[in-house]
Amino acid sequence: MWQFFHKLGSPKWFFGIATRFMPWLLAIGIILLLAGLVWGLAFAPKDYLQGNSYRIIFIHVPTAFLAQSIYIMMASAAIVTLVWRMKLADVFVKAVAPVGLVFTFLSLFTGAVWGKPTWGTWWVWDARLTSMLILLFLYGGTIALDRAINDEKSAARAVAVLVLVGVVNIPIIKYSVEWWNTLHQPATFKLTEKPSMPVEMWVPLLLSVLGLYLLFGWLACLRMKTEIVMREQKTRWVRELVMAGRG
Amino acid sequence: MHPIRKKRLTIVLFLVAGIAIAVGLTTYALRQNINLFYDPTEIAAGNAPVDVRIRAGGMVEEGSVARDTDSLKVNFRVTDYAASVPVQYEGILPDLFAEGQGVVAMGRLNEQGVFVADQVLAKHDENYMPPEVAEALERSSKGQHKSADVEKAAETTAY
Repeated sequence: MWQFFHKLGSPKWFFGIATRFMPWLLAIGIILLLAGLVWGLAFAPKDYLQGNSYRIIFIHVPTAFLAQSIYIMMASAAIVTLVWRMKLADVFVKAVAPVGLVFTFLSLFTGAVWGKPTWGTWWVWDARLTSMLILLFLYGGTIALDRAINDEKSAARAVAVLVLVGVVNIPIIKYSVEWWNTLHQPATFKLTEKPSMPVEMWVPLLLSVLGLYLLFGWLACLRMKTEIVMREQKTRWVRELVMAGRG
Repeated sequence: MHPIRKKRLTIVLFLVAGIAIAVGLTTYALRQNINLFYDPTEIAAGNAPVDVRIRAGGMVEEGSVARDTDSLKVNFRVTDYAASVPVQYEGILPDLFAEGQGVVAMGRLNEQGVFVADQVLAKHDENYMPPEVAEALERSSKGQHKSADVEKAAETTAY
């Protein structure tokens, strides 16, 4: 098991694996996301209370899921960076932080667009919305910290510590709607219970969530490959790769 | 695992646990400020400050909405089914405002115990369903033949 784990840390090995998986991630991701969105936006029944405006859930929930999942993945990678000093873990954190930032922004934005017609306001300082805004700042903070430190190794460690400090925000986001009175409603999708919406609503939602996860996987591989090539540009395998690409 | 790595892992875990405890205690101490609104039970019990801008939240009591005929004034009661608070508001209500629906009102509690709101927001729950199912639920809760109707509606729409 440890051997596999250490192999995972080899940038060259990862580069090969990522190149092989990426077309699949992209193709299946696009199919699932498109199926989920078309089904959800055009064919799913409307809600008895909100009518058609609830349909933004098919974009809002997947982006919010991703925003939090990416942070959890970054925190796991940060532990690997700090404990095992694995380069690839730092490459991952660096590559996906901007993606997480964009998804967090999108979930806040779609939430505001949804909030205006249903709640009657774009924004309210309740626990869920505020903790999500903090997540946005955490993503921004990790990116800024990474840019601020020139030395690659010290940057990796500083960013890893910051990511780990911020990880306490994740359970706060998740449980904010249960621990405190909020304007935001509790989760519709729960791991342990049946979703509180009928099948023809939650299946398209699930499809778009899965599709977006796969597309994120594709984007993460792509950005990590770029980062690896940048960092390892002096090594022989990257030079050979570049020469082969030219020829 | 290598002893150095084990040591680093312990440090990392202590770091995360320490921060979690610190943040946990802080949010616990600030829980009243983090709560977006007071519920009617708290207001009725006198826990909410008078003449300070606060939020009150709960369900709009059935049959309590009284609209003024020639202005935007509206009176209703907000309840959590244990206690209820009268609310006075002048302005445009959100589309989802209805009896039996959740609201969060911002305003001041006056000496008479009336909540004078300057903003009313609608709060909805996490349940989504097609209109036909909602109608069937409504009918069955009013009539005596409860489950048959709901099951029929759920069957026709859900599969």
